[in-house]
Amino acid sequence: MYRSHVLVCGGTGCTSSNSLKIIDKLEEEIAAQGLSEEVKVVRTGCFGLCALGPIMVVYPEGAFYSRVTVEDIPEIVSEHLLKGRIVTRLLYDETVGKDEIKSLNETDFYKKQVRVALRNCGVIDPESIDEYIAQDGYQALAKCLTEYTPEQVIQIITDSGLRGRGGGGFPTGRKWALCAPNKAPQKYVVCNADEGDPGAFMDRSVLEGDPHCIVEAMAIAGYAIGATKGFVYVRAEYPIAVQRLQIAIDEAREYGLLGKDIFGSGFDFDMEIRLGAGAFVCGEETALMTSIEGNRGEPRPRPPYPAVKGLFGMPTVENNVETFANVPQIILRGAEWFASMGTEKSKGTKVFALGGKIKHTGLVEIPMGTTLREIVEEIGGGIPNGKKFKAAQTGGPSGGCIPASLIDTAIDYDNLIALGCMMGSGGMIVMDEDTCMVDIAKFFLEFTVDESCGKCTPCRVGTKRLLEKLDKITKGNGTLQDIDDLEALCHYIKENSLCGLGQTAPNPVLSTLHFFRDEYVAHVTEKRCPAGVCKSLLSYQIVAEKCKGCTACSRVCPVGAISGTVKNPHVIDTSKCIKCGACMEKCRFGAIVKR
Amino acid sequence: MKKKISKLPFRGTAEQKQQLLDVIERYRSDPSRLMTVMQEAQEIYGYLPIEVQQMIADGMNVPLEKVYGVATFYAQFALSPKGVYNVSVCLGTACYVKGAGDLFNKISEKLGIGADECTEDGKFSLTACRCIGACGLAPVLTVNNDVYGRLTVDDVDGILAKYND
Repeated sequence: MYRSHVLVCGGTGCTSSNSLKIIDKLEEEIAAQGLSEEVKVVRTGCFGLCALGPIMVVYPEGAFYSRVTVEDIPEIVSEHLLKGRIVTRLLYDETVGKDEIKSLNETDFYKKQVRVALRNCGVIDPESIDEYIAQDGYQALAKCLTEYTPEQVIQIITDSGLRGRGGGGFPTGRKWALCAPNKAPQKYVVCNADEGDPGAFMDRSVLEGDPHCIVEAMAIAGYAIGATKGFVYVRAEYPIAVQRLQIAIDEAREYGLLGKDIFGSGFDFDMEIRLGAGAFVCGEETALMTSIEGNRGEPRPRPPYPAVKGLFGMPTVENNVETFANVPQIILRGAEWFASMGTEKSKGTKVFALGGKIKHTGLVEIPMGTTLREIVEEIGGGIPNGKKFKAAQTGGPSGGCIPASLIDTAIDYDNLIALGCMMGSGGMIVMDEDTCMVDIAKFFLEFTVDESCGKCTPCRVGTKRLLEKLDKITKGNGTLQDIDDLEALCHYIKENSLCGLGQTAPNPVLSTLHFFRDEYVAHVTEKRCPAGVCKSLLSYQIVAEKCKGCTACSRVCPVGAISGTVKNPHVIDTSKCIKCGACMEKCRFGAIVKR
Repeated sequence: MKKKISKLPFRGTAEQKQQLLDVIERYRSDPSRLMTVMQEAQEIYGYLPIEVQQMIADGMNVPLEKVYGVATFYAQFALSPKGVYNVSVCLGTACYVKGAGDLFNKISEKLGIGADECTEDGKFSLTACRCIGACGLAPVLTVNNDVYGRLTVDDVDGILAKYND
């Protein structure tokens, strides 16, 4: 028995800020103080509060240290672990109460969260099957194999109301039920871990923090639909996730939780990992299957649906990582428990990757139906630098935005669709008044144009034409006719593209046009970018009253566009200026403005 | 995006070839493992020149066209090697007006390679990049992680010499 446990985050975010070195140093210091028998260091998955990384929690006290450096370690070991005196200066300030430290769960960031998919992330060592089992791991699988028929398992998932967390929101139980009756010599379960939306990393965090729950859930799905083989398609860009998942699969095999005759039930199931090679379209289910088969990852027309004819032409169920992560808990705690959370048609919780102009960037898991205001203002801690909230973008390059006027919208599948957004995989980018909506639409279109696989014309050519029009508008050369054309083309692409990528690619444009049409109009009629982002429409000017004539700006200007003499106000020649902004950064008096 | 195909002569070693053959041997019975083989081949060679693609096609018993099709579809596969030192010249507006174009041409001439190519000895590769946000230092280039700013064409020799030992 250890008297104290030190949990250090080993997620990708904290690893990038040196958490592995911190662990080495911790172990070294603990050994030096002779505490190796009393204190155990655990490398966990992501805690979610990535903005404060690297993160470390010491139990039993629950002391939450944030932004820890290697240099802080000797102090933490000698003061806290040896003498029992918490190092207050390193505590996350929200956990510091008057006389005692507050639990992490009482802080604004965690208070409203309900962790189902992420329940083990930041709690257990992801490389230890025993720790997973200690958290009721593999009990759901045992329960399915020994107490339920496959039909009962599907019924429980159906009753829970779980819907696909990867984007579309298709009911998971129905997906399984469509596949189960199909007779075939082989069926497959596929886990889609090809998380490609810019800004989304919830699937990575689950794989890194709790890989066994995916192994368990896939085996349960296999039992339910009669499949004996599973594939996990992971991005090659997620090396830590791949490594931990492989360890989990090997451990599960060793414990007889994968392989032949699991729990003596006669059910066989095994799985392997396949690596993606960097193609966004492979997140689409038919493209993903084509890729696993060893081909260019191009989508196929549906029908036939994967439930009938999927991977290698066999009936296949494909679910995303977060969807699977909910399954063992639903089996263990019952469909009613899961269905008690959320809204009428969207049950349970959803993980969001909060990013952009927000104080607490990181991963949050909230019950469906939580309002955007609660997410942004309470959990996210609001917008930094006293700026105003303008909109939140969800669903990445396939989604849309929710403007500030609708901040009280309850987040669930149907409300988002009604707003022209979508849940997507759960990226949520917060934007403030300094964000230009035309520019954002252009950013996402650049992404889609790059990632369009080229198989169907509406997507391949259409998205390129969309981007050209957006570019024209941001350069100040657009007309009102361009805006109408843009809208018409969007609808055409949506209706005629082959797969989800093309069908949703125009969403960022349609959504910004719907809520921020005035910004588009300002770009074409007044040749003005209201947010001050589009370079072609800006000019840098020096406010004569504020300029002290220090000459710093004229020295830094790469093109010699600034003239003036010492101690006299300077002037920018706008015909020479290339709008690089170097002068504005250099000016200590705030005398340079962009208009 | 179109991928640049290297014109450098292929210089695989016998040892590398053996490694690749071992990989192929392991997976040849399963045609769906084509991408796995290509991923491991890229680990071995650093990129996938046509000679390596041919070996994979022969070993996995698929047409070369199929291997090439997969190689050009996915962003991860490179058809051109990166040098030990990758010289990246910023061709953003600020750098361009300050003569980054001349800088690029001088380096290109000096190394005898064009954009996205690699020198014969595998030491240098050259790329043009978009603005890296160091406009105040224009014109700028980077060699791996080192940044050089306020350059003229006369600085080129000195910079390359630093990496040339």
